[in-house]
Amino acid sequence: MKATPLSNCERRFLLRAIEERKRLDGRQCYDYRNVRISFGADYGCCIVELGKTRVLAQVSCELVPPKPNRPTEGILFFNLELSPMAAPGFEPGRQSELLVRLNRLIERCLRNSKCIDTESLCVVAGEKVWQIRLDLHVLNHDGNIIDAASIAGIVALCHFRRPDVSVQGEEVTVYAPEERDPVPLSIHHMPICVSFAFFQQGTYLLVDPSEREECVMDGLLVIAMNKHREICTIQSSGGVMLVKDQVLRCSKITAVKVAEITELIQKALENDQKVRKEGGKFGFAESIPNQKITAFKMESAAVDTNNVEEQAEEIITKADPPSEVFAKPILHTPGTAQIGEGIENSWGELEESEREEAAEEEAENEAAAFECQKMETEDTSTMGENKKAEPILLSDSEEEEVVVLEPQVLPKKTRAQTNLKQENTSKKTFNKRRKKKRAAP
Amino acid sequence: MAAAEEEEEGKMAAAGGGCCLRPFSCEQGLLSRPDGSAAFLQGNTSVLAGLYGPAEVRGSKELPDRAVLEVLLRPKVGLPGVMERSREQLLRQTCEAVVLGVLHPRTAITLVLQVLSDAGSLLSCCLNAACMGLLDAGLPLTSLFCGVTCALDPSGAIVLDPTTRQEQEARAVLTFAIDSAERKVLTATTKGSCSVEEMQQCLAAAQRAADTIFQFYRDSVRRKYSKS
Repeated sequence: MKATPLSNCERRFLLRAIEERKRLDGRQCYDYRNVRISFGADYGCCIVELGKTRVLAQVSCELVPPKPNRPTEGILFFNLELSPMAAPGFEPGRQSELLVRLNRLIERCLRNSKCIDTESLCVVAGEKVWQIRLDLHVLNHDGNIIDAASIAGIVALCHFRRPDVSVQGEEVTVYAPEERDPVPLSIHHMPICVSFAFFQQGTYLLVDPSEREECVMDGLLVIAMNKHREICTIQSSGGVMLVKDQVLRCSKITAVKVAEITELIQKALENDQKVRKEGGKFGFAESIPNQKITAFKMESAAVDTNNVEEQAEEIITKADPPSEVFAKPILHTPGTAQIGEGIENSWGELEESEREEAAEEEAENEAAAFECQKMETEDTSTMGENKKAEPILLSDSEEEEVVVLEPQVLPKKTRAQTNLKQENTSKKTFNKRRKKKRAAP
Repeated sequence: MAAAEEEEEGKMAAAGGGCCLRPFSCEQGLLSRPDGSAAFLQGNTSVLAGLYGPAEVRGSKELPDRAVLEVLLRPKVGLPGVMERSREQLLRQTCEAVVLGVLHPRTAITLVLQVLSDAGSLLSCCLNAACMGLLDAGLPLTSLFCGVTCALDPSGAIVLDPTTRQEQEARAVLTFAIDSAERKVLTATTKGSCSVEEMQQCLAAAQRAADTIFQFYRDSVRRKYSKS
């Protein structure tokens, strides 16, 4: 899908409005859009809506060997994906510049700020540590993906519970969630990104740009801060020259916004925990609003399956019986079988010498008999008779090499051999021909 | 709470007289960028569908007489693998059977499905979300379709809309896509082994369940276009 380009008149309109301190959605220059956080039924799953921008986050964990240069630390893995549904311009599998930039920002914000205690993720030093994986999916792009993604990431990490582990000497026991309550991650602080868009070479500044505003902006400043007013990451892109005052002003605004958002996050996490403890309903189903006419819920519905057997009987008796299929599988090697005939072998002259060689060889493999049995039990009733008949084996050979499906020239000579032994073969006809060629002058 | 729900389900299945579907919810038009979007929830399984189309195709992919339908299924954790690819093909073939692509030649219709949570019956949830997404986008369809998953537990009883645990314990899991015009089968996919009679019984049960699901579609669309 192609992204719709921005028209010139739209661009002029937006810039003119910004010069007059007006925004399309009626916000003030320093206003943030509404942040809405909803949690899923599993731990570590949440959806964050920043205005209309929507991001899904999921945290998962796995026990892995640690990195060799850091044997006592857990591993963090972050992955942000721009889902093709988020915007028409997002193609699957294309590493766009935007994606790389967003991934780097998330890494710097969450990993380099050391907000997660990786030492606590160690189980057995040098052998087993927890690998925490955070997957972020952008579901709808209406501007300022980085803020929504950073909020979703930190909320998911705070919400996540990993299985409890106990180490007694050499033995490590990982408890299932039913046996022991899972344990939250140890998180020191919550870094949150706030974005500032600059227009007209740094003259005008907007907080939390929407998608249209992002298209016409000159430069972007992203500051990641936690509620203790510590800057975790700061990035200025787009080539806008910023004065020191501007940057300081932005960081002050960031502090205010981050405090508000952190409070919102805490409240949301507490609410969810309360609901889970009290045994109420939780999950995405509860976050669907009842009042919207675009949303509809239905309670559990019983389905009447009383006469299902009779109905099924009727259909089967009315249906035509399955056509008789005569198919005898021919076993080449374990895992390769042939049903039906191929075309005539056009390498006519080699047949005679092949027959001689086949007679000399011998093979042994008991797995073959077992394989034959297995293959036959899977067949339908028409094949039932074949259970007693042996599968026809083609040329026995001992060497281990390339398997080639041969057409039906060979059965004649091998029937004599099958009476003696039913063994498996690895097909060497290709190789035999090669040997033939070498032998012949 | 979850344990109580499972007990209830167990009782209903053991009673043999009926099976029940988990509570359904659906929200349409929740995303602003795609042309059509729908979130479909079956119990704790939820899938979000976003649709773009009919739109311009790039390069060689375009077909001269009808629209090209592309389906992308994204899992929640990790990269899409072989299972997702095979489900994408299944969904694509089901959608192609109902979408009137001939009305929009040389265009592309892209359907993106994101798994929000998986608690059993994922494929049928994807089918339902896809259909609601197609409805929300306003694409011309010959009929609607719905997805129903049946599981055959070791005792041979049919369980409709199974949870993850029921699917794991089942001997066979069958998913059907049923169309709304004559309750015919658009797609059938099975995992595990079952006899022909059992498959026909599951199909009949799925067709009964489809009635409930189509009534749900009708009610949710009626609510969306209601004035009150």
